[in-house]
Amino acid sequence: MTSKKYILGVFEDEDVLLNAIEKTRAAGTKIYDVFSPYPIHGIDDVLGIQRSRLPIVAFFCGLCGTSFALWMQIYMLGFDWPMIIGGKPHVALPSFIPVTFELTVLFAAFGMVITFFIISGLRPTLKVPVMDVRSTDDKYVMAIELKEGTDISKLNDLLRSNGAVEVNQKEVVK
Amino acid sequence: MIGLGLVLLVVGLFIAANSGGGHGEAAHGAAEAGHHTAGWGQRLLANLWLNNVYLTGIAVVGVLFVAIQYVAYAGWSVLIKRVPEALGSYLLVGGIIMLLVFILPIIFTGHNTLLHWTDHSLHEVGNPNYDPIIAGKSGYLNITFFTIRLVAYFALWYMFFKWMRRESMAEDLNGGLNHYNKSIRLGATFLVVFGVTSSMSAWDWVLSIDTHWFSTMFGWYVFASWWVSGLAAVTLTVIILKQMGYMKMVTSNHLHDLGKFVFGFSIFWTYIWFSQFMLYWYANIPEEAIYFMERLGGNNNHYTWIFFFNLVINFAFPFLVLMTRDAKRQMIMLKIVCIAILIGHWFDFYLMIMPGTMRGESGFGLIEIGTALTFLGTFLLVFTKELSKASLVPVNHPFLEESIHHHV
Repeated sequence: MTSKKYILGVFEDEDVLLNAIEKTRAAGTKIYDVFSPYPIHGIDDVLGIQRSRLPIVAFFCGLCGTSFALWMQIYMLGFDWPMIIGGKPHVALPSFIPVTFELTVLFAAFGMVITFFIISGLRPTLKVPVMDVRSTDDKYVMAIELKEGTDISKLNDLLRSNGAVEVNQKEVVK
Repeated sequence: MIGLGLVLLVVGLFIAANSGGGHGEAAHGAAEAGHHTAGWGQRLLANLWLNNVYLTGIAVVGVLFVAIQYVAYAGWSVLIKRVPEALGSYLLVGGIIMLLVFILPIIFTGHNTLLHWTDHSLHEVGNPNYDPIIAGKSGYLNITFFTIRLVAYFALWYMFFKWMRRESMAEDLNGGLNHYNKSIRLGATFLVVFGVTSSMSAWDWVLSIDTHWFSTMFGWYVFASWWVSGLAAVTLTVIILKQMGYMKMVTSNHLHDLGKFVFGFSIFWTYIWFSQFMLYWYANIPEEAIYFMERLGGNNNHYTWIFFFNLVINFAFPFLVLMTRDAKRQMIMLKIVCIAILIGHWFDFYLMIMPGTMRGESGFGLIEIGTALTFLGTFLLVFTKELSKASLVPVNHPFLEESIHHHV
């Protein structure tokens, strides 16, 4: 059992929060995460979160789907068990297109979802620390991990001077 | 832009005049060889028809785009709205050209060789030319009704263009929400009108060239082609205006949305294309498959390369190039793709119109390029003139502020 301590800055306004994030990061403090009742526009940029690379995964999964579908149909209908359907050649590409399209979409979608679960560690046993229940209602909470040697009072001043209405501490057991 | 249009127009006319000279020689050569050719008159007529149908489509798509933005209460597009709004100005010119190209050959020679069904001997029982299939369609495909429809489409489209344009200009002066609300009502009405007229005009102008053949997808197919070319035209104009120093408030976010439109609808076009192709290919009924036989393998493989080129430039190229987010946000990539799509869909219409009118004799020479440039020049002249009549930013649009801060 490891436990981590966090300093929580509670904010009441979106714009104040965005401003505070910028100031806090400019002061060299690493922000663990920010909790808000709804997605805040532009917060990714302010927090310095990189754009997701999931589309690349989608592309390659889609490519796998396309190749798999084409291979499957060409092999099965053309070589493994050739059948004449509607008087068409065994390998009749136009009739393979719908299946190829569907499998491309299926592979891309499943690949993306599975990758997302793995990368973000979402699993049934995952425990999500709720820093402050009010962040699901009307407050915005900025969490900063408390490491050994962190100056708490300095952090407190920094948060308060940037508009935090409360500064709390929370211990999370993992 | 007007300068550019004029230069293109002059160049186009010059080339067209030159090719007229070259034409006579070609006709001579053909006559000496004792060959039967479709003749340069037919070729010119087919070219006029092709370019006019194509550019009319782009013009009406401009009006449609604005209408959709109003009906959807869209905010992002306000900054670029003046571009599609001005596109519709070509409709008047287009309508007149279309009417003349249709009616003049009928007045002088009795029937229009572009549209086979206008030959009245096909409808007379007992005449050696009698064609029961075409005669059976004469309730819809007759010269009078066709002319009435043609005039009606253009009158309706042009009227709606004028109305929406007037509201938009009045809004610049007066402000307030009245003009906006009225535009929404106009836009919604136009969507209904366009829903019917777009399919019908596609049957009239393009499908009726192959009179015996029919396709229930055809209205959609022509619409998809028009729509994606219209979007490409809007995007290209916005980029060019921005690079010339106008439209400073348009950011890569607006371009991104336009890019998504172009990307998405080039796939939509492919979807429609394939839906039509696959059913005919699969059923393989002679009277239906003949349409694709003419284009793929038929006519001595005259159209085969265009058939595949059409798919590559209108589907594979935009699909692969515009796939990433960065490509949609960069002007250079978007520009290349938009130009490719505009050229590609010209070829798409070429493929729809030429086999039915020119058989295996259609060419791609000075007369094609000349006519295309002349039309492009005229289009750009009319379009830029309209564009310059109003501020590029609709200053009193209620969603202007939202559009300025648009962020994706």
